[in-house]
Amino acid sequence: MNLPIDFQSFKPLALSLPAVSTQLNWMDYLGAIKVRWGIGRDCYTVIPGLYKVGNPNSESDVFVSANYKLSFDALRKNLDSLNAWILVIDTKGINVWCAAGKGTFGTDNLVKSIKKTSLESIVKHRTIIVPQLGAVGVAAHIVKKQSGFRVVYGPVHAKDIKAFIQAGYKATPEIREMTFPIQERAKLIPVDMMYGKYKLLIVLFVFFVLSGLDRTGFLFAKMLETSLFPLVNIIGAYLAGIVIAPLLLPLVPFRAFTFKGAFWGVVITLVLNLLFKVPLIESIAMGLINLSLASFMTMNFTGSSTYTSLSGVKKEMKWAIPFQIAFAVVGLILFIISKLV
Amino acid sequence: MKTMQYFKNVVTLKLDAELCTGCGLCVMVCPHAVFEISNRKARIVDIDDCMECGACALNCQFGAIAVKSGVGCAAGILNGILTNSEPSCDCSDSKSICCE
Ligand code: SF4
Ligand code: SF4
Repeated sequence: MNLPIDFQSFKPLALSLPAVSTQLNWMDYLGAIKVRWGIGRDCYTVIPGLYKVGNPNSESDVFVSANYKLSFDALRKNLDSLNAWILVIDTKGINVWCAAGKGTFGTDNLVKSIKKTSLESIVKHRTIIVPQLGAVGVAAHIVKKQSGFRVVYGPVHAKDIKAFIQAGYKATPEIREMTFPIQERAKLIPVDMMYGKYKLLIVLFVFFVLSGLDRTGFLFAKMLETSLFPLVNIIGAYLAGIVIAPLLLPLVPFRAFTFKGAFWGVVITLVLNLLFKVPLIESIAMGLINLSLASFMTMNFTGSSTYTSLSGVKKEMKWAIPFQIAFAVVGLILFIISKLV
Repeated sequence: MKTMQYFKNVVTLKLDAELCTGCGLCVMVCPHAVFEISNRKARIVDIDDCMECGACALNCQFGAIAVKSGVGCAAGILNGILTNSEPSCDCSDSKSICCE
């Protein structure tokens, strides 16, 4: 029986080192989709250790990877037709970029993995190729001092590995740069979208119930009749902030993410007011809430963006959060008033 | 300047030309091409491109670079404020991601 190889079968053994295929099968692709949508992503790991690609010998290159399955897959896919070693280090299943920031893809861990796999007796040369983004956690000169291995930084993306090798193990300026094109942003949106789903449901429920408020008390029929407008607004603003604003990130000229989000919050409000006829005060109330919510959601996208700095995000939050809170509170009060008049 | 840049004049990156030997590693590790080598010294091309990842400072063995690094992530900063600790982006749960 020919079962598809799943990641659990990638167990490195001490004596016979496991070989991995450079072709991804349908399980790999299915897994990738699940991870991107945040379904059971906790266990998406590869067991740390040394892996073979093709038929490597003591002269073959050693590529370092995080034990996050998607990083590992991206790497092995791009090593097709090569003979090489992959040293997977234990980053607790986190990708290189995040792991380097948190220190798990770091100098100590790398040195430990080199020793644990006895790399020095498997290869004769003393060079390891580390993904460039790993430099956030790896200090090349300390690795050299502690393990004897020289760190060469490869390209940012695994797809550029062949170009890197062809250039004589040098990353050219183009493949060193971390851009943030629309495809990259699109990949990040699903998980970010799922991130606030419970909070979104709570807010929707609150507005659903508040819709039934009336001078005379609470009217169940009114709740069912008038709740559509606020609910559509909130869902619209949520999506504006976390889908539209990130996708069209450079389109809105403001540098602040909170402004980019607020801009789309206003657009959604205008569109919905063309579609629905509601009292002015309710329009304004929902407009303020949309502005606050969309702005907040886009602000959170700074965590996924690859060009925002900590100092910059702090600066932006310092003045944006008071406004977001004020808009949300005033919006909520106006909404309640709109129900009572 | 690249197609996308964040705020002007906020990053904490500092280069001490006195200590720099021009080895060029900062140029190799920076994901935003902030450095270039000219006259055997590193030079900052456009400081506003820096995202404070800290790779350059960590890899400069001559201690010529200083930067207060961290992940610029709103959720992490909020968490830091609420729990009164350093901002940290917890990428291990699905809260914030930077998956590649
Ligand atoms: S890594 Fe340090 S010493 Fe080397 S060029 Fe850059 S600043 Fe100068
Ligand atoms: S902190 Fe990162 S982005 Fe900024 S200059 Fe250094 S390597 Fe480049």
